[in-house]
Amino acid sequence: MSTPLLAVSGLTKRYRRGGKAVSAVNDVSFAIEPGETLALAGPSGSGKSTIARLVLRLIEPDAGTIQFEGGDFRSLGGAALRAKRARLQMVFQDPLAAFNPRATVARVLDDPLRIHDLASRTERPRRIAALLERVGLASDLAPRAIHEISGGQRQRVAIARAIATNPSLIVLDEAVSALDVSVRGQILDLLLDLQATERIAYLFISHDLGVVRAIAHRLAILDAGRIDESGDARAVIAAPQSAIGKALVAATPRLDRNTAL
Amino acid sequence: MTALLSIRDLSVAYRGNGVEVPALQGVSLEIEAGERLAIIGESGSGKSTLALAIAGLLPGAALVRGTIEWSVSQLQTSRSFTPPSVLPDISLARGEIGSFAVGSPPATLEIGESSDDSAISPLAREMSGRTEGGVKELQPKFVPLLGRDIGFVFQDPSASLDPVMAVGKQIAEVAHTHLNLGGPRAYAKARTLLERVRLPDPGAAMRAYPHQLSGGQKQRVVIAAAIAAGPRLLIADEATSALDTIVQAEIVSLIRRLVAEDGMTLLFISHDIALAAELAERIAVFRHGKLLELGTTAEIVNAPRHAYTRALLDAHLGLDTGPLRRIGAPA
Amino acid sequence: MNGLRRLLRTPEAVAGTMILAVLFAMALSASLIFPGDPQAIAGPALLPPFQDWSLPFGTDRLGRDVLAELFHGARTSLAVGLVAAGAALVIGAVVGTLAGFAGGIVDEVLMRITDAFQTVPGFLLALAFVSIVGPSLGVVVAAIALGAWTGPARVARAEVLSIRERDYVAGAHVIGMHPLEIAFREVLPNALPPVLALSSVIVAAAILTEAALSFLGLGDPNRVTWGGMIAEGRAVLRTAPFLSIIPGIALVLTVLGVYLAGEGVVETTAVRRSLS
Repeated sequence: MSTPLLAVSGLTKRYRRGGKAVSAVNDVSFAIEPGETLALAGPSGSGKSTIARLVLRLIEPDAGTIQFEGGDFRSLGGAALRAKRARLQMVFQDPLAAFNPRATVARVLDDPLRIHDLASRTERPRRIAALLERVGLASDLAPRAIHEISGGQRQRVAIARAIATNPSLIVLDEAVSALDVSVRGQILDLLLDLQATERIAYLFISHDLGVVRAIAHRLAILDAGRIDESGDARAVIAAPQSAIGKALVAATPRLDRNTAL
Repeated sequence: MTALLSIRDLSVAYRGNGVEVPALQGVSLEIEAGERLAIIGESGSGKSTLALAIAGLLPGAALVRGTIEWSVSQLQTSRSFTPPSVLPDISLARGEIGSFAVGSPPATLEIGESSDDSAISPLAREMSGRTEGGVKELQPKFVPLLGRDIGFVFQDPSASLDPVMAVGKQIAEVAHTHLNLGGPRAYAKARTLLERVRLPDPGAAMRAYPHQLSGGQKQRVVIAAAIAAGPRLLIADEATSALDTIVQAEIVSLIRRLVAEDGMTLLFISHDIALAAELAERIAVFRHGKLLELGTTAEIVNAPRHAYTRALLDAHLGLDTGPLRRIGAPA
Repeated sequence: MNGLRRLLRTPEAVAGTMILAVLFAMALSASLIFPGDPQAIAGPALLPPFQDWSLPFGTDRLGRDVLAELFHGARTSLAVGLVAAGAALVIGAVVGTLAGFAGGIVDEVLMRITDAFQTVPGFLLALAFVSIVGPSLGVVVAAIALGAWTGPARVARAEVLSIRERDYVAGAHVIGMHPLEIAFREVLPNALPPVLALSSVIVAAAILTEAALSFLGLGDPNRVTWGGMIAEGRAVLRTAPFLSIIPGIALVLTVLGVYLAGEGVVETTAVRRSLS
């Protein structure tokens, strides 16, 4: 049995709200294999985004272990942590808020290349052009300001930034929720394509089970900080066992395209 | 089925930095009284602009052409007096509307015109482009249409509520303003409304502040305030887009129930075609400011005439069967 | 150019910019129009203004050309005002950013230091500093900056506290950017606009403080300053009030011009922010 790419065990995070301690994440454990997509779904407040930030160590857990690429991720600090971050990237929900308002596309993609010494200064423009093409954008987009391009283009740039450092795992926090429906499919296609060619694993957070079904191998359903149910994505959606799972499936709008009209 | 309002050749453009950006182009549409109509479109389609235009909430700098006619008879309610439906200028300069003999047939006025100029105050005449359908009325005073005849529910419940005022007071304010209810009666009405929107523990909720409520609860409060004065038309502009799936379904079912109970007309704006199909009887598809297609839900979903509509339907990712996106097995 | 056109749309900005333009012209052309030492004797003493057109504003007690002194004094006032305000803004922005971004003990320590400086009235602080170290232009600039940096520091910190939570800062952490680089390359530039909004008030206050210090005799004795001119005119206030009034009017107009121009800049940048 191969070691999982990411193994999280007993992850817990508590907050104080109005004098009493509230568990945002309560003893959560899961694992992701290389090249696999694990989706986290659940109502708002269930802890999905908190788990994403805990895994990325944007916030520190109160308890639990995070094993990433065979090493103890929580024990890293300073320069070692920053170096390891090249392997673990993130794409945010709001493509506009995810970038410095003053940034250009070129600068956004230059930063990770520069920080991790992946290309010399003269080489970087070529690498940036290659990254843009990899995500389906024209390389002449590089000098444009972030707020000038469309939402779908921005999310592609976000994905380009995420793959610039050759990560093995990307956390996607509602990454297609803010996009138009017609653009959503293209971005999902891109993500699947990247997964197939670069063997990147995804931790995919979404409240939309339809999207989860299209992209995820496995699904974990969260409620109030705990995982209520997990398993093969399609199987869980087809026959949810937990109360929240059933509620989520029942609440998802159906489009009955009775083609026999 | 009589039309509640009739939109003819409506065009709206916003002026910014010296350029005119068209938001709606030549939209013609009739909304039947008592129906549930969904407006579907992606960003930039103009669906929100249409909602704002109907409600009279367009910014002062917007350029409006075309007409929106309201049918007065449909606006009449069981209240003791019927309000004229002239929308005030956005700068809230109010004018007087002349009165006419009782017994004149229910009439409609168009934007920029009036069939009897002497009856309309000079101010109303100057409100070109922003008044919708004046009415010859019995009352010399007019009351703003929004809130009384139209209820509006916005996308972000946090932005719709005053953060420093208790929720009960905000609803009571609506009751006081539009129904002329005094203090205790307005509060009682607010309490009843909170019960109608199924807020848990309405008594405590009356005294709660918006930040103490969840997103779904806040939206219930907003809906309560929107229907407080018994409007004929309820406009929900992406009212559930900021809510998670389970809460969304609850709010949609709440809206459906309230609309049925009160006999309101529902205008439901959304980017989610599946959600619209579950709630609406008719669907209008908008793209780039133009009305592309309008039909019953069954027609639009099963036999769309426009390629764009078909593309929107195909792009929907649902739980039902359908061509599955190919996912490679993890190597 | 587009920004300038937008700036000049408000009447305040137009008035302020015009006044500032005149001021800058005075400061820059001082040596050209009035070469030589402005403190040299130019004519008979206490000559009233508008009598001799080679000495349009008259002469002071020692016979020095008032208009020449006015022009040269503009240099000092502007230089001190701008440099002191600039120093205050830089120090304040850096301290505020560090405090807001680092949080914890660093924030506490820096904020208590800020409190200490803020509770002493700026002018008294400058007064004490110059008295101890000695009057010279550099010292005056440092003294003014010492009192003025706390305002920008607080504003910068408040902005940074809010920006810190934004997604793009998290994104910068995720790609492995060093915290100092995040603070000064990602956060600080976006925290600047409200800090810069304070600049006009700080420049105006700096000019006034310098004038007051000169008035009290604590300014640089080798330079002509408007405050010094007002002080000189005090002795003959009854007989030759113009000696104090003229530099006084110049001061008022300068402060007004700086303030109006600053308000105009705030208007345009604020509008642009809300449009973007």
